[in-house]
Amino acid sequence: MHIVDGALSNPVVIGGAVVAAGGIAQGLRRLEMERIPTAGVLSAAFFVASLIHVPIGPSSVHLILNGLAGLVLGWAAFPALFVGLLLQAVFFGFGGLTVLGVNTVLIAGPAVAVHYMCGPFTRSVAPGRAAVAGAVAGGLSLALTGMLVALALMLTGEAFFLAAKLVILAHLPVIAVEAALTGAAVYLMAQVKPELLGAWAGARA
Amino acid sequence: MADVLARPVAARSRHGWLTRIDPRFRVVAAVAFAVVAVALSSITALVAAMALALALMGAARLPAGPTLKRMAAVDGFIILLVLMLPFTTPGVAAFSIGPLVASWAGIWTAVEIALTANAVILALMALVGTLEPVVMGHALHALRCPERLVQLLMFTIRYLSVLHDEYLRMRAAMRARGFRPATTRHTLRSYGYLVGMMLVRAIERSERILGAMKCRGFAGRFPMLETFRAGRADWIFAAGSALALLGLGGIGWVDAAL
Repeated sequence: MHIVDGALSNPVVIGGAVVAAGGIAQGLRRLEMERIPTAGVLSAAFFVASLIHVPIGPSSVHLILNGLAGLVLGWAAFPALFVGLLLQAVFFGFGGLTVLGVNTVLIAGPAVAVHYMCGPFTRSVAPGRAAVAGAVAGGLSLALTGMLVALALMLTGEAFFLAAKLVILAHLPVIAVEAALTGAAVYLMAQVKPELLGAWAGARA
Repeated sequence: MADVLARPVAARSRHGWLTRIDPRFRVVAAVAFAVVAVALSSITALVAAMALALALMGAARLPAGPTLKRMAAVDGFIILLVLMLPFTTPGVAAFSIGPLVASWAGIWTAVEIALTANAVILALMALVGTLEPVVMGHALHALRCPERLVQLLMFTIRYLSVLHDEYLRMRAAMRARGFRPATTRHTLRSYGYLVGMMLVRAIERSERILGAMKCRGFAGRFPMLETFRAGRADWIFAAGSALALLGLGGIGWVDAAL
Protein backbone atom coordinates (compact mmCIF):
# COMPACT_ATOMS: atom_id res chain seq x y z
CA MET A 1 0.00 0.00 0.00
CA HIS A 2 1.52 3.28 -1.03
CA ILE A 3 -0.31 6.46 -0.16
CA VAL A 4 1.07 9.41 -2.13
CA ASP A 5 2.18 12.87 -1.04
CA GLY A 6 -0.50 15.53 -0.78
CA ALA A 7 -3.45 13.17 -0.34
CA LEU A 8 -3.71 13.20 3.45
CA SER A 9 -4.22 16.14 5.78
CA ASN A 10 -1.25 17.59 7.64
CA PRO A 11 -2.22 16.30 11.10
CA VAL A 12 -2.46 12.74 9.74
CA VAL A 13 0.91 13.03 8.00
CA ILE A 14 2.63 14.50 11.05
CA GLY A 15 0.97 12.04 13.41
CA GLY A 16 2.08 9.17 11.18
CA ALA A 17 5.66 10.45 11.14
CA VAL A 18 5.76 10.73 14.93
CA VAL A 19 4.37 7.22 15.48
CA ALA A 20 6.72 5.80 12.84
CA ALA A 21 9.73 7.47 14.47
CA GLY A 22 8.72 5.94 17.81
CA GLY A 23 8.29 2.49 16.29
CA ILE A 24 11.59 2.68 14.43
CA ALA A 25 13.40 3.80 17.59
CA GLN A 26 11.81 0.94 19.51
CA GLY A 27 12.83 -1.53 16.79
CA LEU A 28 16.40 -0.24 16.62
CA ARG A 29 16.78 -0.42 20.40
CA ARG A 30 16.20 -4.16 20.17
CA LEU A 31 18.65 -4.62 17.33
CA GLU A 32 22.02 -5.18 18.90
CA MET A 33 25.06 -5.25 16.70
CA GLU A 34 24.86 -9.02 16.23
CA ARG A 35 21.33 -8.84 14.85
CA ILE A 36 21.81 -6.10 12.29
CA PRO A 37 23.15 -8.33 9.48
CA THR A 38 20.24 -10.73 9.93
CA ALA A 39 17.69 -7.94 10.05
CA GLY A 40 19.22 -6.40 6.93
CA VAL A 41 19.20 -9.66 4.98
CA LEU A 42 15.62 -10.40 6.08
CA SER A 43 14.58 -6.87 5.16
CA ALA A 44 16.03 -7.47 1.70
CA ALA A 45 14.18 -10.80 1.54
CA PHE A 46 10.86 -9.12 2.29
CA PHE A 47 11.62 -6.46 -0.31
CA VAL A 48 12.20 -9.18 -2.91
CA ALA A 49 9.07 -11.05 -1.77
CA SER A 50 7.03 -7.90 -2.38
CA LEU A 51 7.99 -8.16 -6.05
CA ILE A 52 6.06 -11.44 -6.34
CA HIS A 53 2.74 -11.01 -8.10
CA VAL A 54 -0.03 -13.47 -7.34
CA PRO A 55 -2.66 -13.85 -10.05
CA ILE A 56 -6.24 -13.21 -8.97
CA GLY A 57 -8.51 -13.96 -11.89
CA PRO A 58 -7.50 -11.69 -14.77
CA SER A 59 -5.62 -9.31 -12.48
CA SER A 60 -2.83 -9.78 -9.96
CA VAL A 61 -1.75 -8.41 -6.60
CA HIS A 62 1.72 -8.00 -5.26
CA LEU A 63 2.55 -9.39 -1.86
CA ILE A 64 2.98 -7.23 1.22
CA LEU A 65 3.61 -9.99 3.76
CA ASN A 66 3.67 -7.62 6.71
CA GLY A 67 2.18 -10.34 8.92
CA LEU A 68 5.06 -12.67 8.15
CA ALA A 69 7.51 -9.80 8.67
CA GLY A 70 6.00 -9.22 12.11
CA LEU A 71 6.22 -12.91 13.03
CA VAL A 72 9.85 -13.14 11.99
CA LEU A 73 11.17 -9.70 12.91
CA GLY A 74 9.04 -8.53 15.84
CA TRP A 75 9.62 -4.84 16.56
CA ALA A 76 12.48 -4.85 14.06
CA ALA A 77 9.74 -4.96 11.41
CA PHE A 78 9.39 -1.18 11.89
CA PRO A 79 12.88 -0.17 10.77
CA ALA A 80 13.08 -3.05 8.26
CA LEU A 81 9.83 -2.14 6.48
CA PHE A 82 10.68 1.57 6.67
CA VAL A 83 13.93 0.87 4.83
CA GLY A 84 11.97 -1.04 2.18
CA LEU A 85 9.50 1.81 1.71
CA LEU A 86 12.31 4.37 1.54
CA LEU A 87 14.08 2.40 -1.19
CA GLN A 88 10.84 1.94 -3.11
CA ALA A 89 10.07 5.67 -2.99
CA VAL A 90 13.57 6.79 -4.00
CA PHE A 91 14.44 4.21 -6.62
CA PHE A 92 11.06 3.01 -7.90
CA GLY A 93 8.97 6.15 -7.47
CA PHE A 94 6.29 4.33 -5.42
CA GLY A 95 4.55 6.21 -2.63
CA GLY A 96 6.03 9.49 -1.47
CA LEU A 97 8.42 11.21 0.86
CA THR A 98 6.38 13.10 3.43
CA VAL A 99 4.00 10.13 3.71
CA LEU A 100 6.82 7.69 4.49
CA GLY A 101 5.90 7.85 8.17
CA VAL A 102 2.22 7.15 7.54
CA ASN A 103 2.99 4.33 5.13
CA THR A 104 5.42 2.78 7.62
CA VAL A 105 2.79 2.82 10.36
CA LEU A 106 0.13 1.37 8.03
CA ILE A 107 2.33 -1.63 7.29
CA ALA A 108 4.60 -2.10 10.30
CA GLY A 109 2.00 -1.31 12.96
CA PRO A 110 -0.13 -4.38 12.14
CA ALA A 111 3.09 -6.43 11.80
CA VAL A 112 4.00 -5.74 15.41
CA ALA A 113 0.40 -6.29 16.49
CA VAL A 114 0.26 -9.81 15.03
CA HIS A 115 3.72 -10.50 16.41
CA TYR A 116 2.19 -10.25 19.86
CA MET A 117 -1.23 -11.73 19.04
CA CYS A 118 -0.29 -14.70 16.85
CA GLY A 119 3.45 -15.04 17.38
CA PRO A 120 3.28 -17.32 20.43
CA PHE A 121 1.01 -19.77 18.58
CA THR A 122 3.36 -20.07 15.60
CA ARG A 123 5.94 -21.51 17.97
CA SER A 124 3.72 -24.57 18.41
CA VAL A 125 5.52 -27.89 18.04
CA ALA A 126 2.95 -29.08 15.52
CA PRO A 127 3.66 -27.43 12.15
CA GLY A 128 -0.02 -27.69 11.23
CA ARG A 129 -1.04 -25.62 14.22
CA ALA A 130 1.76 -23.14 13.56
CA ALA A 131 0.49 -22.80 9.99
CA VAL A 132 -3.02 -21.95 11.17
CA ALA A 133 -1.61 -19.26 13.47
CA GLY A 134 0.48 -18.03 10.55
CA ALA A 135 -2.55 -17.82 8.28
CA VAL A 136 -4.46 -15.88 10.92
CA ALA A 137 -1.48 -13.54 11.32
CA GLY A 138 -1.19 -13.03 7.56
CA GLY A 139 -4.88 -12.25 7.11
CA LEU A 140 -5.25 -10.20 10.27
CA SER A 141 -2.29 -7.95 9.58
CA LEU A 142 -3.63 -7.08 6.13
CA ALA A 143 -7.10 -6.48 7.55
CA LEU A 144 -5.58 -4.14 10.11
CA THR A 145 -3.62 -2.37 7.38
CA GLY A 146 -6.83 -1.89 5.41
CA MET A 147 -8.57 -0.47 8.46
CA LEU A 148 -5.68 1.88 9.20
CA VAL A 149 -5.70 3.13 5.59
CA ALA A 150 -9.44 3.73 5.88
CA LEU A 151 -8.90 5.51 9.19
CA ALA A 152 -6.16 7.74 7.73
CA LEU A 153 -8.53 8.67 4.88
CA MET A 154 -11.48 9.33 7.16
CA LEU A 155 -9.41 11.52 9.47
CA THR A 156 -8.40 13.51 6.40
CA GLY A 157 -11.90 14.49 5.34
CA GLU A 158 -15.47 13.54 4.63
CA ALA A 159 -14.81 13.52 0.89
CA PHE A 160 -12.75 10.37 1.47
CA PHE A 161 -15.43 8.35 3.27
CA LEU A 162 -16.47 6.50 0.13
CA ALA A 163 -12.85 5.79 -0.74
CA ALA A 164 -12.29 4.51 2.79
CA LYS A 165 -15.12 1.99 2.40
CA LEU A 166 -13.77 0.88 -0.97
CA VAL A 167 -10.33 0.37 0.56
CA ILE A 168 -11.73 -2.18 2.97
CA LEU A 169 -13.50 -3.98 0.11
CA ALA A 170 -10.39 -3.92 -2.07
CA HIS A 171 -8.40 -5.51 0.73
CA LEU A 172 -10.63 -8.59 1.00
CA PRO A 173 -9.09 -10.67 -1.80
CA VAL A 174 -5.60 -9.63 -0.73
CA ILE A 175 -6.37 -10.72 2.82
CA ALA A 176 -7.31 -14.19 1.58
CA VAL A 177 -4.18 -14.45 -0.56
CA GLU A 178 -1.83 -13.31 2.18
CA ALA A 179 -3.47 -15.53 4.78
CA ALA A 180 -3.05 -18.67 2.67
CA LEU A 181 0.45 -17.75 1.64
CA THR A 182 1.65 -16.82 5.12
CA GLY A 183 0.18 -20.03 6.47
CA ALA A 184 2.15 -22.07 3.94
CA ALA A 185 5.34 -20.10 4.61
CA VAL A 186 4.99 -20.62 8.38
CA TYR A 187 4.31 -24.33 7.84
CA LEU A 188 7.57 -24.66 5.96
CA MET A 189 9.54 -22.58 8.41
CA ALA A 190 8.15 -24.47 11.41
CA GLN A 191 9.49 -27.67 9.89
CA VAL A 192 12.76 -26.46 8.43
CA LYS A 193 13.93 -23.65 10.68
CA PRO A 194 11.71 -23.08 13.71
CA GLU A 195 14.18 -20.52 15.09
CA LEU A 196 12.90 -18.12 12.44
CA LEU A 197 9.60 -17.96 14.29
CA GLY A 198 10.42 -16.35 17.54
CA ALA A 199 13.82 -17.38 18.77
CA TRP A 200 15.32 -14.77 16.52
CA ALA A 201 12.76 -11.97 16.65
CA GLY A 202 13.01 -12.46 20.36
CA ALA A 203 9.66 -12.52 22.01
CA ARG A 204 12.18 -11.30 24.55
CA ALA A 205 10.39 -8.07 25.35
CA MET B 1 25.97 -2.75 -6.74
CA ALA B 2 22.39 -3.49 -5.95
CA ASP B 3 21.17 -3.77 -9.49
CA VAL B 4 17.59 -4.41 -8.43
CA LEU B 5 17.60 -0.78 -7.35
CA ALA B 6 20.04 0.64 -9.85
CA ARG B 7 18.29 -0.64 -12.95
CA PRO B 8 15.21 1.57 -12.77
CA VAL B 9 16.57 5.08 -12.82
CA ALA B 10 20.13 5.58 -11.71
CA ALA B 11 21.73 3.33 -14.27
CA ARG B 12 20.09 5.26 -17.06
CA SER B 13 21.13 8.65 -15.77
CA ARG B 14 23.78 10.10 -18.06
CA HIS B 15 25.51 12.38 -15.62
CA GLY B 16 23.95 15.81 -15.83
CA TRP B 17 25.37 18.57 -13.64
CA LEU B 18 22.94 17.63 -10.89
CA THR B 19 24.62 14.25 -10.45
CA ARG B 20 27.86 16.02 -9.50
CA ILE B 21 26.29 17.93 -6.60
CA ASP B 22 27.13 16.77 -3.07
CA PRO B 23 24.72 13.92 -2.17
CA ARG B 24 23.99 15.43 1.25
CA PHE B 25 22.73 18.62 -0.36
CA ARG B 26 20.57 16.62 -2.73
CA VAL B 27 18.95 14.66 0.06
CA VAL B 28 18.20 17.82 2.02
CA ALA B 29 16.89 19.57 -1.10
CA ALA B 30 14.56 16.65 -1.85
CA VAL B 31 13.10 16.69 1.66
CA ALA B 32 12.69 20.48 1.61
CA PHE B 33 11.02 20.31 -1.80
CA ALA B 34 8.58 17.66 -0.56
CA VAL B 35 7.64 19.66 2.53
CA VAL B 36 7.08 22.85 0.52
CA ALA B 37 5.11 21.05 -2.20
CA VAL B 38 2.84 19.37 0.33
CA ALA B 39 2.27 22.69 2.11
CA LEU B 40 1.24 24.45 -1.12
CA SER B 41 -2.42 24.53 -2.03
CA SER B 42 -2.37 26.98 -4.91
CA ILE B 43 -2.65 25.31 -8.30
CA THR B 44 -0.41 27.97 -9.89
CA ALA B 45 2.33 27.30 -7.34
CA LEU B 46 1.96 23.53 -7.78
CA VAL B 47 2.28 23.88 -11.55
CA ALA B 48 5.48 25.85 -10.90
CA ALA B 49 6.66 23.07 -8.53
CA MET B 50 5.98 20.51 -11.24
CA ALA B 51 7.97 22.62 -13.70
CA LEU B 52 10.83 22.76 -11.20
CA ALA B 53 10.74 18.98 -10.78
CA LEU B 54 10.82 18.57 -14.57
CA ALA B 55 13.81 20.92 -14.72
CA LEU B 56 15.55 18.76 -12.07
CA MET B 57 14.84 15.69 -14.17
CA GLY B 58 16.53 17.45 -17.09
CA ALA B 59 19.46 18.54 -14.94
CA ALA B 60 20.02 14.93 -13.88
CA ARG B 61 19.74 13.91 -17.56
CA LEU B 62 17.17 11.31 -16.71
CA PRO B 63 15.49 9.87 -19.80
CA ALA B 64 12.09 11.57 -19.89
CA GLY B 65 9.95 8.67 -21.12
CA PRO B 66 10.75 5.91 -18.61
CA THR B 67 11.12 8.38 -15.74
CA LEU B 68 7.73 9.98 -16.28
CA LYS B 69 6.11 6.57 -16.67
CA ARG B 70 7.64 5.53 -13.37
CA MET B 71 6.47 8.76 -11.74
CA ALA B 72 2.90 8.23 -12.89
CA ALA B 73 2.78 4.58 -11.86
CA VAL B 74 0.81 4.53 -8.63
CA ASP B 75 -1.51 2.08 -7.00
CA GLY B 76 -4.78 1.69 -8.84
CA PHE B 77 -6.39 2.53 -5.53
CA ILE B 78 -4.87 6.03 -5.50
CA ILE B 79 -6.12 6.67 -9.04
CA LEU B 80 -9.58 5.58 -7.97
CA LEU B 81 -9.40 7.80 -4.92
CA VAL B 82 -8.47 10.86 -6.97
CA LEU B 83 -11.10 10.10 -9.60
CA MET B 84 -13.79 9.78 -6.92
CA LEU B 85 -12.97 13.07 -5.21
CA PRO B 86 -14.93 15.36 -7.57
CA PHE B 87 -18.07 13.33 -6.89
CA THR B 88 -17.73 13.12 -3.12
CA THR B 89 -16.74 16.73 -2.43
CA PRO B 90 -19.69 19.08 -2.00
CA GLY B 91 -19.65 22.31 -4.02
CA VAL B 92 -20.82 24.03 -7.20
CA ALA B 93 -21.63 21.40 -9.82
CA ALA B 94 -19.28 21.21 -12.80
CA PHE B 95 -20.80 18.30 -14.72
CA SER B 96 -22.68 15.14 -14.01
CA ILE B 97 -22.59 11.53 -15.13
CA GLY B 98 -26.05 10.07 -14.58
CA PRO B 99 -26.90 10.63 -10.92
CA LEU B 100 -23.28 11.52 -10.03
CA VAL B 101 -22.50 15.20 -9.78
CA ALA B 102 -18.91 16.43 -9.92
CA SER B 103 -18.10 19.62 -8.04
CA TRP B 104 -15.47 22.19 -8.98
CA ALA B 105 -14.04 22.07 -5.47
CA GLY B 106 -13.54 18.33 -5.80
CA ILE B 107 -11.95 18.62 -9.21
CA TRP B 108 -9.45 21.17 -7.92
CA THR B 109 -8.60 19.02 -4.89
CA ALA B 110 -7.99 16.05 -7.17
CA VAL B 111 -5.75 18.12 -9.45
CA GLU B 112 -3.91 19.43 -6.40
CA ILE B 113 -3.19 15.93 -5.10
CA ALA B 114 -2.09 14.67 -8.50
CA LEU B 115 0.30 17.61 -9.00
CA THR B 116 1.78 17.36 -5.50
CA ALA B 117 2.30 13.60 -5.58
CA ASN B 118 3.91 13.60 -9.01
CA ALA B 119 6.10 16.66 -8.44
CA VAL B 120 7.48 15.27 -5.18
CA ILE B 121 8.20 11.81 -6.52
CA LEU B 122 9.81 13.22 -9.67
CA ALA B 123 12.06 15.57 -7.68
CA LEU B 124 12.97 12.71 -5.35
CA MET B 125 13.93 10.44 -8.23
CA ALA B 126 15.99 13.20 -9.88
CA LEU B 127 17.77 14.35 -6.73
CA VAL B 128 18.24 11.13 -4.73
CA GLY B 129 17.26 8.30 -7.08
CA THR B 130 20.28 9.11 -9.28
CA LEU B 131 22.65 8.33 -6.40
CA GLU B 132 24.28 4.95 -6.03
CA PRO B 133 22.20 3.35 -3.26
CA VAL B 134 25.31 2.96 -1.11
CA VAL B 135 26.16 6.64 -1.51
CA MET B 136 22.66 7.51 -0.34
CA GLY B 137 23.41 5.48 2.80
CA HIS B 138 26.64 7.40 3.31
CA ALA B 139 24.85 10.70 2.81
CA LEU B 140 22.20 9.77 5.38
CA HIS B 141 24.99 8.79 7.77
CA ALA B 142 26.70 12.15 7.20
CA LEU B 143 23.35 13.83 7.90
CA ARG B 144 23.29 12.16 11.32
CA CYS B 145 20.65 9.54 10.73
CA PRO B 146 20.71 6.93 13.52
CA GLU B 147 23.73 4.71 12.94
CA ARG B 148 21.89 1.42 13.28
CA LEU B 149 19.23 2.52 10.83
CA VAL B 150 21.90 3.39 8.28
CA GLN B 151 23.62 0.03 8.87
CA LEU B 152 20.32 -1.75 8.36
CA LEU B 153 19.79 0.23 5.15
CA MET B 154 23.28 -0.65 3.93
CA PHE B 155 22.78 -4.36 4.61
CA THR B 156 19.44 -4.30 2.84
CA ILE B 157 20.96 -2.58 -0.18
CA ARG B 158 23.94 -4.92 -0.18
CA TYR B 159 21.89 -8.11 -0.13
CA LEU B 160 18.92 -7.06 -2.27
CA SER B 161 20.48 -8.19 -5.51
CA VAL B 162 21.90 -11.36 -3.90
CA LEU B 163 18.46 -12.36 -2.66
CA HIS B 164 16.80 -11.29 -5.87
CA ASP B 165 19.14 -13.60 -7.79
CA GLU B 166 18.33 -16.39 -5.35
CA TYR B 167 14.63 -15.72 -5.85
CA LEU B 168 15.05 -15.90 -9.63
CA ARG B 169 16.95 -19.19 -9.31
CA MET B 170 14.16 -20.67 -7.23
CA ARG B 171 11.57 -19.42 -9.69
CA ALA B 172 13.53 -21.00 -12.53
CA ALA B 173 13.59 -24.27 -10.60
CA MET B 174 9.82 -24.07 -10.12
CA ARG B 175 9.33 -23.41 -13.82
CA ALA B 176 11.53 -26.36 -14.64
CA ARG B 177 9.21 -28.54 -12.59
CA GLY B 178 6.27 -27.27 -14.61
CA PHE B 179 4.86 -24.70 -12.18
CA ARG B 180 2.52 -22.13 -13.67
CA PRO B 181 0.94 -19.46 -11.46
CA ALA B 182 -2.86 -19.37 -11.50
CA THR B 183 -5.66 -18.56 -9.09
CA THR B 184 -5.41 -21.86 -7.26
CA ARG B 185 -4.62 -23.08 -3.78
CA HIS B 186 -1.65 -24.88 -5.24
CA THR B 187 -0.18 -21.57 -6.43
CA LEU B 188 -0.63 -19.96 -3.05
CA ARG B 189 0.93 -22.90 -1.25
CA SER B 190 3.87 -23.00 -3.68
CA TYR B 191 4.45 -19.26 -3.31
CA GLY B 192 4.20 -19.62 0.45
CA TYR B 193 6.88 -22.32 0.45
CA LEU B 194 8.95 -20.15 -1.88
CA VAL B 195 8.80 -17.20 0.52
CA GLY B 196 9.42 -19.44 3.52
CA MET B 197 12.43 -21.01 1.83
CA MET B 198 13.74 -17.57 0.88
CA LEU B 199 13.59 -16.54 4.54
CA VAL B 200 15.26 -19.76 5.68
CA ARG B 201 18.07 -19.27 3.22
CA ALA B 202 18.29 -15.58 4.12
CA ILE B 203 18.76 -16.25 7.80
CA GLU B 204 21.31 -18.99 7.14
CA ARG B 205 23.18 -16.66 4.84
CA SER B 206 23.14 -13.95 7.48
CA GLU B 207 24.68 -16.35 10.00
CA ARG B 208 27.57 -16.93 7.60
CA ILE B 209 27.86 -13.18 6.99
CA LEU B 210 28.03 -12.43 10.69
CA GLY B 211 30.64 -15.14 11.18
CA ALA B 212 32.76 -13.75 8.37
CA MET B 213 32.39 -10.22 9.70
CA LYS B 214 33.41 -11.24 13.19
CA CYS B 215 36.45 -12.98 11.70
CA ARG B 216 37.46 -9.63 10.32
CA GLY B 217 36.98 -7.92 13.65
CA PHE B 218 33.56 -6.31 13.18
CA ALA B 219 32.55 -4.60 16.40
CA GLY B 220 29.40 -2.78 15.45
CA ARG B 221 30.76 0.05 13.33
CA PHE B 222 31.61 0.43 9.69
CA PRO B 223 34.37 2.78 8.75
CA MET B 224 32.57 5.08 6.31
CA LEU B 225 35.15 5.61 3.62
CA GLU B 226 33.17 8.24 1.79
CA THR B 227 33.81 11.74 3.08
CA PHE B 228 31.86 14.53 1.54
CA ARG B 229 33.28 17.96 0.99
CA ALA B 230 31.00 20.74 -0.13
CA GLY B 231 32.46 22.93 -2.86
CA ARG B 232 31.33 26.18 -4.45
CA ALA B 233 28.98 24.48 -6.88
CA ASP B 234 27.24 22.76 -3.95
CA TRP B 235 26.63 26.01 -2.10
CA ILE B 236 25.39 27.67 -5.29
CA PHE B 237 23.00 24.71 -5.68
CA ALA B 238 21.87 25.13 -2.07
CA ALA B 239 21.27 28.86 -2.52
CA GLY B 240 19.46 28.25 -5.82
CA SER B 241 17.24 25.58 -4.23
CA ALA B 242 16.41 27.83 -1.30
CA LEU B 243 15.50 30.68 -3.66
CA ALA B 244 13.38 28.39 -5.83
CA LEU B 245 11.49 27.05 -2.81
CA LEU B 246 10.97 30.58 -1.47
CA GLY B 247 9.70 31.49 -4.93
CA LEU B 248 7.19 28.62 -4.81
CA GLY B 249 6.05 29.75 -1.38
CA GLY B 250 5.75 33.31 -2.70
CA ILE B 251 3.58 32.26 -5.63
CA GLY B 252 1.38 30.31 -3.25
CA TRP B 253 1.07 33.28 -0.93
CA VAL B 254 0.25 35.77 -3.69
CA ASP B 255 -2.26 33.34 -5.19
CA ALA B 256 -3.97 32.94 -1.80
CA ALA B 257 -4.04 36.71 -1.25
CA LEU B 258 -5.70 37.43 -4.60
